[in-house]
Amino acid sequence: MNAWPLLGVALVILGFARRWNPVPVVVVAGILSGLLAGFSPAHVLELLGTSFTANRVLLLYVVTLPAIGLLERAGLREHAQRWIGQLAGLTLARLLIGYLALRQLLSMLGLTNVAGQAQTVRPLLAPMAEAAARREQGIDEPVPSDARQTMDVRALAAATDNIGLFFGEDVFIALGGVLLIHSFYAQQGITLSPLHIALWALPTALAAFVLHALRVQRFARRRKVDRDGASRGSEDQHAPS
Amino acid sequence: MLHLEWCYQLLALLLAATAWLNLRSRHHARAAFWLILALLLAAGHWVLQAEHAGNPLPAQLAGAGVLALAILAPGMRRVDTEEAPLQFRQSLADRLGHRLLWPAMLIPSLTLVFALFGSAIRIAGEPLLNPPQQALIGLALASLVAMFAAWALTRAPASAVVHESRRLIDILGWAALLPLVLAALGSLFEAAGVGQLLARLVGEVIPTASYGACVLAYGLGMLVFTVIMGNAFAAFPVLTAGIGLPLLVHLHGANPAVVGSLGMLCGYCGTLLTPMAANFNIVPVALLELDSPWAVIRAQWPAALGLLAFNLLAMYLLAMH
Repeated sequence: MNAWPLLGVALVILGFARRWNPVPVVVVAGILSGLLAGFSPAHVLELLGTSFTANRVLLLYVVTLPAIGLLERAGLREHAQRWIGQLAGLTLARLLIGYLALRQLLSMLGLTNVAGQAQTVRPLLAPMAEAAARREQGIDEPVPSDARQTMDVRALAAATDNIGLFFGEDVFIALGGVLLIHSFYAQQGITLSPLHIALWALPTALAAFVLHALRVQRFARRRKVDRDGASRGSEDQHAPS
Repeated sequence: MLHLEWCYQLLALLLAATAWLNLRSRHHARAAFWLILALLLAAGHWVLQAEHAGNPLPAQLAGAGVLALAILAPGMRRVDTEEAPLQFRQSLADRLGHRLLWPAMLIPSLTLVFALFGSAIRIAGEPLLNPPQQALIGLALASLVAMFAAWALTRAPASAVVHESRRLIDILGWAALLPLVLAALGSLFEAAGVGQLLARLVGEVIPTASYGACVLAYGLGMLVFTVIMGNAFAAFPVLTAGIGLPLLVHLHGANPAVVGSLGMLCGYCGTLLTPMAANFNIVPVALLELDSPWAVIRAQWPAALGLLAFNLLAMYLLAMH
């Protein structure tokens, strides 16, 4: 067997490790693997063009941006932040865990496109999470948006969306993962009921909820400890004078 | 009645407008990048049809287009596109209050309605939204309705629609392209036999007589393959044909439903860990303007490893019953 196409994999790993721009790295790696497998340059271009075009659905989320841009221009993020800032009972942990549960349940019903990084995280969840975190820290002033903690809260909001999506979608029987498993086995002569496959994913879906909910809570608690430590620290500084 | 194709044309129009604004502000590399992408989207249907009919030329041209995008991508440095000043945003937010949330909520809620009923509504005997893509068409339609609602609500000038979408699309930059080129990479790897090659290497080094070792090899294999390919769906057929089916199901008599389901979930844990899964881990970095490309993965890896351990243990315990 011709092992040379593996060089494409090596190039991708090298590219990501060296922080080269991933777009040319990925395209060149694909072309390299194709050529090393013995395809003609024309055939490699054809494969590249066909698979790129066949996957254009991955770009569909961009259609949400005009609406979101217009609302941001009118202060959507500022409003979401102020609103959450006033809701005393809505802590960072409750907000993110509630979103996680909702995202998992919707995905289990096959409604994966209802929420997402562009649709809900950027305009709503991330600013709300930032505001909740800020209130818990007792900060009234908007923190500069590139502050370390703001970045961490936003990343956690994005992670919550991903985890909710992945470990809900796998339980839905009529799309994606379950159907792929079903049709793969069917090709091998093993007939399974899709419901059966989906049921075995349920324990992991529950584990994902519990695990991520615990992590969100720990994240929120650690921030509180940081804040108490920091305020004590500043009191100490004031004490001598 | 409404096809997904129509949504791609809308998207192409949006990208072409972004290209035009970039050309006017003399960001030539950006303008060329978005224009080529717009053309690729607009011509997509034709490319696939010609390919299907046995004419490879349009697909080859599309491949050359992708190559051109790859060459342009490193030249797309972050530029500061002017956002409406904070004071302006605050004062509008003061005036509009909770009404601002409505168009934002329209996107998920209308998508939900379209996903559930879009293909059941029939106009002249044809479903309003062509199944099985009603949820995707619904997303585009909901975004359009939300755009008009936001426009009417905020009384923005028409030019603001284009300027605002250009601002957000430029924030995405080349990260928008990454999910597509990675999917193309997966197809090329598959065609070049990279998957089978790796599966064979794994199969040669594990002690096949040990059930535990086979579970470990299959689960970890799914993880590593997903990390490399960026997609558990690409890893699944390769690893299950190479290890899961011959070793776990046939040799050790494991339950195929458990093996398949939990094997796929091991792959999902890999998706949480890899920059190759760009639409989940890199696009949000651009969308949320995070400072490190690893920020989302850093927030996910403990959950991913915890769930991997859970999946391996569950497979080990459940598959033999």
